[in-house]
Amino acid sequence: MNNRQTKSEQQHHERPAPDQAAVLFELVHVTAKRGARVVLEDLSAVLRYGLTGIVGPSGVGKSTLLRLLNRLADPASGTIRYRGRDAREHDVLSLRRDVGLVAQLPALLEGTVTDNVLYGPRLAQRDADVADTLRLAGLDPAFAGRTAGALSVGEQQRVMLARALALRPSVLLLDEPTSALDEATTAAIELTLRDLRERLGLSFVLVTHDRAQADRLADRVLALERGALRNADPTPARPR
Amino acid sequence: MTAVIEIGLGQVAATLALVAVAAAIAAWERTQLEADIGVAVARSFVQLTAIGYLIKAIFASDSTLWVAVLLAVMVVFGALTARGRARRVPHAFWPLLIALAVAATATLAVVLLLGVFPAEARYLVPVGGMVIGNAMTAAAVALNRLGDDVHDAAARIEGTLALGATATQAIAPIVRRSLRSGMIPLIDSTKTTGLIFFPGTMVGMLLAGAAPVDAVRLQLILLYVLLGAVSIATLVAVALARRTFFTTDHQLREIAPVRE
Repeated sequence: MNNRQTKSEQQHHERPAPDQAAVLFELVHVTAKRGARVVLEDLSAVLRYGLTGIVGPSGVGKSTLLRLLNRLADPASGTIRYRGRDAREHDVLSLRRDVGLVAQLPALLEGTVTDNVLYGPRLAQRDADVADTLRLAGLDPAFAGRTAGALSVGEQQRVMLARALALRPSVLLLDEPTSALDEATTAAIELTLRDLRERLGLSFVLVTHDRAQADRLADRVLALERGALRNADPTPARPR
Repeated sequence: MTAVIEIGLGQVAATLALVAVAAAIAAWERTQLEADIGVAVARSFVQLTAIGYLIKAIFASDSTLWVAVLLAVMVVFGALTARGRARRVPHAFWPLLIALAVAATATLAVVLLLGVFPAEARYLVPVGGMVIGNAMTAAAVALNRLGDDVHDAAARIEGTLALGATATQAIAPIVRRSLRSGMIPLIDSTKTTGLIFFPGTMVGMLLAGAAPVDAVRLQLILLYVLLGAVSIATLVAVALARRTFFTTDHQLREIAPVRE
């Protein structure tokens, strides 16, 4: 990662620094289904600014929770508030641009890395600096012209991160961002996430089955068990 | 026309030998299409025989109302049949019904207004039947592809929705591919007509004793009419069906698994 402050970072830094204790998302009696199956039942929780880790076994509804937060799906009942307002009252497209989601497995568009990075900004009729955005995601700008589908899984995961960052979101939802990666690549991605937090002041909701990863990265760790989110912090305040 | 040929049931039955070859190949290769072939043969015999007598009656009456009723029934059965090939498209019947109705109405109206054929049952019924049949096949292929591609590319579609794309933007590449797959077979067969194969109308007219140039001209008219009809049907079916995959909030609906 380069040391100079890039244009993207400056744009991010224009936002006022959020109060870390303030509420970002509030879930009130949320029930969600996948098909006929109830995945989350009567879940109430508060997600604050900063980096929230959500841990839990497979199939417990962690991915479903992220999909609810940027409205790829809506709850069957209950309410989700984003910055104090019902998520359904926000313009759905603006909400998704502000609350980016990086899926568990790369699902890139056909074309080059640049095509992927500029996809969101073009739809929003915004500019984005591809080289700066790739650097933020820990990729060399030389990747810009490469065919996205021909990259390694780790590189594709970084392109997924870059295309979400290109929209200059204030929150990133990360769904098992390192589950398909080896140890070294996982460590590199974790470094990138720490770096993004420090430089851009982004908030993250990180879903992972890896409790140790959540402990390494998160301000707060919540455990999702049978539809309930419990505080799973080992200590009230972890040194960073 | 110089002669009317007479065909006996024995001659029809003789061609079943070729169907037996198809069924044998299907069984040998375990394609599980033997039952489909049997159903296709039985249905085609019953349906064509019935329609033969029905057309005879309608020709005798020369009533436009009865022609319209017959074509409407064809549209409904066409939509029901095509729905079976578009099982991954939620509620595919309505887009197909509207697509076939629009294609048939638009093409027949143009043909009549331009004075290509007079508004008589003996022209409207066969031309309408061909239009609906070809439109049905093309729309079914397009929606089949649309359903499969949406199912296979769900992660990619949701990935683009998550970047702030509308449902229309997220599904655009898949819509293009399904339109192409619906229209390409007829475009290709139109390109190669006369070189690689003789189309049905022309063959029928030649067998019935018509002059070759007349047979060719009528065939050209029908090919161009069909190109228009197939394009309209595919476009309408895909345009209506693509909406069924999404909620009004640009969310991809869950697609029920399909039993093969």
